[in-house]
Amino acid sequence: MIKLLVLIPACAGIVTFFVGSDRIRRGVLISAALTQTVLSLATWVVPPAPAMGAWLAEDPLGKLIETLTSVLFLAVSFYAVAYLREERSQTHSDFEEGFIFSNAREASFTGCLLLFLAAMTLVAVSQQLALLWVAIEATTLASAPLIYFHRHHRSLEATWKYLLICSVGIALALLGIFFLAVAATNPDGSTIALMEQDLRLNAHHLNVPWFKAAFVLLLVGYGTKMGLAPFHVWLPDAHSEAPSVASALLSGALLNCAFLGILRAQEISVAAGLAEFSGRLLLIFGLVSMAVAAVFICGQTDYKRMLAYSSVEHMGILAVGVGLGGAAVFGAVLHVINHSLAKAMLFLVAGNLLAVYRTKNTGGVAGALSVLPVSGALWLLGLFAITGSPPFGPFLSEFTILKAALDQGQTLVAVIYLSILAVILAGMAAPALAMAQGTPPEHIVPARSRSVALSAVPATLGIAVFVLGIYVPPVLTRALREAAHLLG
Amino acid sequence: MLFGSVLPLIVALACAPLMQGVITRTKSVIAGRMGQPLMQPYHDLWKLLHKGAVYSHTTSWIFRTGPMVSLASLLLALALVPFGGFPALSAFSGDFILLAYLMALGRFFIVLAALDTGSSFEGMGASREVTFSALAEPALFLSLAALARQTGRISISPLLTAVSWSVWAHAAPMLGLTLAALIIVFLAENARIPVDDPTTHLELTMIHEVMVLDHGGPDFAMIQYGAALKMWLFATIIVAVAVPWHSGNRWIDTAVGLAGMLILAIATGVIESSMARLRLLRVPQLLLVAIVLASLAVAL
Amino acid sequence: MSQLINSVLVLLVLTGFMLLSSSRLAACIHVVAFQGVLLGLLAILMQHGELTVTGVLLPLSTALVKGFLLPWLLFRAMREADTVREVEPLISYNLSIIAGSAVLVFALWLGQRLRLPSQPPSSLLVPAALFMSFVGMLVIVSRRKAVTQALGYLALENGVYAFGAAVALRLPVLVELGILLDVFVGVFVMGIAIFHISREFEHIDTDKFAASTDRPR
Repeated sequence: MIKLLVLIPACAGIVTFFVGSDRIRRGVLISAALTQTVLSLATWVVPPAPAMGAWLAEDPLGKLIETLTSVLFLAVSFYAVAYLREERSQTHSDFEEGFIFSNAREASFTGCLLLFLAAMTLVAVSQQLALLWVAIEATTLASAPLIYFHRHHRSLEATWKYLLICSVGIALALLGIFFLAVAATNPDGSTIALMEQDLRLNAHHLNVPWFKAAFVLLLVGYGTKMGLAPFHVWLPDAHSEAPSVASALLSGALLNCAFLGILRAQEISVAAGLAEFSGRLLLIFGLVSMAVAAVFICGQTDYKRMLAYSSVEHMGILAVGVGLGGAAVFGAVLHVINHSLAKAMLFLVAGNLLAVYRTKNTGGVAGALSVLPVSGALWLLGLFAITGSPPFGPFLSEFTILKAALDQGQTLVAVIYLSILAVILAGMAAPALAMAQGTPPEHIVPARSRSVALSAVPATLGIAVFVLGIYVPPVLTRALREAAHLLG
Repeated sequence: MLFGSVLPLIVALACAPLMQGVITRTKSVIAGRMGQPLMQPYHDLWKLLHKGAVYSHTTSWIFRTGPMVSLASLLLALALVPFGGFPALSAFSGDFILLAYLMALGRFFIVLAALDTGSSFEGMGASREVTFSALAEPALFLSLAALARQTGRISISPLLTAVSWSVWAHAAPMLGLTLAALIIVFLAENARIPVDDPTTHLELTMIHEVMVLDHGGPDFAMIQYGAALKMWLFATIIVAVAVPWHSGNRWIDTAVGLAGMLILAIATGVIESSMARLRLLRVPQLLLVAIVLASLAVAL
Repeated sequence: MSQLINSVLVLLVLTGFMLLSSSRLAACIHVVAFQGVLLGLLAILMQHGELTVTGVLLPLSTALVKGFLLPWLLFRAMREADTVREVEPLISYNLSIIAGSAVLVFALWLGQRLRLPSQPPSSLLVPAALFMSFVGMLVIVSRRKAVTQALGYLALENGVYAFGAAVALRLPVLVELGILLDVFVGVFVMGIAIFHISREFEHIDTDKFAASTDRPR
């Protein structure tokens, strides 16, 4: 069953490369996403048996990320079908510089989307750390063509940065894995297998200096992929130049997968009794990421880049949460879900705004509420949600982390954390309000029949964010507890 | 055994110009020419010694002392280097520092003499010579340090005689690196291609030759002879490292050493024929490579 | 045996310096290809005499992919891009070599600090591997051309692989193949990107990328 989770999207992805008909290809996309989501929901009822000598297995943390990825992908695939239908025309003129460009083949875009899903699923279910590395590198390779969907120089630049910086980061992570293997070698020559569980259970036999070095390398390596400052430089480009469908997945799903890589290392570190060392590192990287994001969000004139920097900020929050340990870990894991849903929704709405206003400049968008009532409202609410305003989900999770920091007596961390959040709220709310209200520019034609899915999908995600803010289902709470349990 | 100790010096004094002759001959043969006789360098020196010297009014006593000091310091340096099975005339701990500085002293006086003429060409040559030798010197030091580390001696004569096949057997990569660095230093210090072209006709591209343009007669003979001795000195070190032949019989060892010198001379001729001169800007890079090679040999 | 391993390691270190000092793109690609072949050799030498079928086939396939297939891809990308075939570094070659030496010293120091649990056959193993990785990063940050950056990535990856060989990791075959496949596909995708960059920008100079960077306001 676990194999199926990976194989379904992988096979569907390969098939779609060769399907000529748009209709059939989109059908394959939706049905593969649907089947995979059903399967991964089924794993909550019937726990699947480990496969491939326990290399593939579902633990609470992996299950959570896997299901989140599946659900998000399903939502995005509905949006993608509608989006691709609208993007059908062969050439487009660029919003910013006016030149003519064409899109990549739809078949390869869809194929890469599905392969991307397969790679992310593999990340979530692999228990062998080297296999996890292979899967994370595969996500980079599968998603690079997605960023270069619009064939022009800015997206190409973003793709190159993404490809190169992430590959370098991932290569460091591989060095980290090798270091870990050294740490797992006893002086008598016997070794602990590079399996998550084995390492955790034998954590006290690990060679401490080598493990510390390995942790740093893994943190830097996967942190690059996750967008922790100062390794985040590729992220704003990639997330803003990719088509909104891809941006939503990159921000909502891929960053979590990279985070999972770090969490696997953290689990071992906690088991080895080195939580203080690794936690402090995570805390520092987290706060630095938040601060850097705040600096770049204030005064940002490109709303997709603003969202991208907001992703950097939220990755920082996740790192802070895990770094603090204790109750904050629960908040961090909950925040993974909240951030994914809210950010995916925002990127999809941004795609709608972009299609109508034809500019990514915050100054060029006004009166979104009257031109696009649903998207405009979602934009406004989404921005409040992502900046941690009640009553949405992110507020709950960010508050949990804050409370944990105060309970632990980490007042300084709490103060920095809170003040950065306040700065970001101010920095994002001002352009968001200006974009939603006011009178739209004259050349904007509101009356355009657009597919229902383009507003329905973000609306559904928005509702989910709202619901999570006031009610977390007991099933989910239990799953979150289990997932957070191993992280200290 | 005084004679044995003087022998390396005598061999050097006698054979040094021959080495230049062999190199020139090799180049001629490869280029398909008859080439000058092997003994031509001796004839040149003889001819120069019988000429008078012309001194410019603008030069001072420095111009005249330059060649003499340079030749004297090289002769002193040669006394520190062994040849074949025979140890050097003099050896004491750390004498390789003296060796390097004696050569630097010789160069310093040649450079001073060149500057003394006030000619812009010679100033240019002097500037290049000093720049490149500043890079070649650390490479030489590091190479000797690497050898010292492998053999455990810190005096040139015992150091070079201590290099043996068994040292090669347990430290082949390091000795290989040292040898490569020494060969680069050899080519650079002796104004050979790819660093400098001794036969070029364009003063602008010269390094060593342009410095000595204004010397004539016996002065020039001293400079030429000094250059030949310097090449012999470097070649001795290289051959001692590359062909560590210790048969027990000193005369056989000396013959092997002479054969090694011959091979090195031919090899230099082949290198000069098969390569173009490097652009001047790239020369420091070559010397940096030599430094890196030598420091690798020390560090590993 | 240990002399042979040492010689291979010294050659690997020298390839690092060659990569830093060559001005010709083609020469750089050859250097990295040579590294790939050396790595295969190193992995075979590290088997401690007990040669198994997979123990030989895996290094062989590594040498094949890193020594021939990937350089061929890069050569193709370079030819199709049809640009100036000079490296065009941001810092001079001399400075590159000096930086390389500094990096080597650092790698040696680090190698002293990090003691392997079991005695390696050569004390050079860890420093050489670290040095290669550092050189890869140095090339990435100090060179302008997309092809050279891809080369730097490959050199970095080679260094990491050399470390793997150095500590005689016995990774499962599947993982080794997965890593190799990832590197291959990575360079393949980079090759395609280089081709597109050359068409889009009419040169493969990442320096010319529009300044779509943010500055704090």
